[in-house]
Amino acid sequence: MQQLTEKYSYYFWVSVFFLMMFGLLALMYYSATNIDYVWRWYRIPQYFISNETIEVCSEVQGEVTSITEKAGTASIVITDDYTGNLETYTVPTDAVLISDGDFISMGDVLGTFKEVRPGIMLLGLWITLKVSMISIIVGILIGLIGGLARISDNPALKWSSITYIELIRGSPLLVQIFIWYFVLGTLINTMLTRNGLPQVPPLWFGVAALSTFTGAYVAEMVRAGIQSIDKGQTEAARSLGMTYSQAMVHIIMPQALRRILPPLAGQFISLIKDSSLLGIIAIRELTKATREVVTSSLQPFELWFICALLYLVLTFSLSMFAQYLERKAG
Amino acid sequence: MIRVKNINKTFYLPEPIKALNDISCHIKAGEVVVIIGPSGSGKSTLLRCLNRLEKPDPGGHILIDNIDIMHPKTNINKIRAELGMVFQSFNLFPHKTVLENINLAQIIIRKRSKSDTEKRSMELLEKVGIPDKADVYPGNLSGGQQQRVAIARALAMDPKAMLFDEPTSALDPEMIGEVLDVMKTMAREGMTMAVVTHEMGFAREVADRVIFMDHGAIIEEGTPEHFFENPKHDRTKLFLGQIL
Repeated sequence: MQQLTEKYSYYFWVSVFFLMMFGLLALMYYSATNIDYVWRWYRIPQYFISNETIEVCSEVQGEVTSITEKAGTASIVITDDYTGNLETYTVPTDAVLISDGDFISMGDVLGTFKEVRPGIMLLGLWITLKVSMISIIVGILIGLIGGLARISDNPALKWSSITYIELIRGSPLLVQIFIWYFVLGTLINTMLTRNGLPQVPPLWFGVAALSTFTGAYVAEMVRAGIQSIDKGQTEAARSLGMTYSQAMVHIIMPQALRRILPPLAGQFISLIKDSSLLGIIAIRELTKATREVVTSSLQPFELWFICALLYLVLTFSLSMFAQYLERKAG
Repeated sequence: MIRVKNINKTFYLPEPIKALNDISCHIKAGEVVVIIGPSGSGKSTLLRCLNRLEKPDPGGHILIDNIDIMHPKTNINKIRAELGMVFQSFNLFPHKTVLENINLAQIIIRKRSKSDTEKRSMELLEKVGIPDKADVYPGNLSGGQQQRVAIARALAMDPKAMLFDEPTSALDPEMIGEVLDVMKTMAREGMTMAVVTHEMGFAREVADRVIFMDHGAIIEEGTPEHFFENPKHDRTKLFLGQIL
């Protein structure tokens, strides 16, 4: 009897949970309808995969000299009436709209075909993924070096590391992004231009800002991880004749990294989310792409939900990957 | 083999505490020396100074095979490879299997080939009586088994001498025997050994010489017969009276 009541009360609260979730969604939908918002989910896919019609137009006036087909593509050769030059255009075979001997005016459509291209949102997602991945890798490197320098006895190394960590952790990421782009970026790019070298695109300043930011936190985790390993481990390694660095590489670091894996994963999840700030320095990542699409499509509700969902997919995958690594490391 | 001359060690915690006070002693090749004394008497500190895990105060000399490890130009890593050390808390590498624990230093310090290394490691596991545990992680072993692996790991470097820092103090009573047996075998085979221990039975049976320390100084030293049956110093008598 007691057990039965417990079971019923469990299912009661489970249904309360689902009712609350459903209620929230219903409320959302209801208020949106109240302000005459029209949900148009069908419009969303085109921002991910756009099916564009491509027209191949002639840039010259003249006669079609030949159409040769080869492996699904047709090469159309037109003889320019004025210069006598041969102009060649290639289109898919089944898209050809003219035939041999036709007279073509400038601007005439020679063929049309559809091409599937990644939409602006998909490109944004790719940029977010790319920036995050590079920043995670660089962040790990900076963190490892910073963490080792932090526990070093050498004052130059130790104090540089402390200064770096305190500076980065003590200022907002947004400000750091501005400094990287508007201060350091201007300096670097002006210097490069003066020496006749190509400029560094904004993406790399974004990567620099994110990885130095993450590196500081990773450095502190690495330090804590190393210090959490029992002193006996170093002593055992050193007593076998290993040098400090051999003991670090073979004994201490492998154990420390295992231990800091969960907070490290949390930090990288934060990094993916923080990459949404990069829109302010003209990097068209997911959030910026969404903002642009919202301005042109006027479907903010759907798009912002989709945007949040995509971030969730990225962060959740990373979190799953970290859990897999943890299980594997035992 | 090992010669200690006028060694001092002060710990700053932060007020200075003198752990070793002008210690001089020696261990001959093939000799088994047991160091005993109450806790805080400096016996572990002395042992740890021998491979410079603890850095003695400046002044004094520690000669290992006639090389002074107090000299700043001495490559301490080379010396340590020749001195096996066994710790109270085993300090096996928990992320490596038993076999990998024993292999590691042979490969990276002794530069042995993989096959030579594995052969030597299995020999040693055989010797300490647990060849079946080669692929197990240390966390799944009993304390006695872990300590035997630690001994095998130290022996794998083919050291000239072995230092034991209270090797049985962290073990359950029924496991002390298996570790002491391994140590007795080593002693019989002529290994030079310095052993800090509270096992008086081991001292009496195996030691060539016993050193008694208190308050950072050597109070008395001699053969086990002399030491256990007819100690001269009052402090020694008191200590033995308390523990025997």
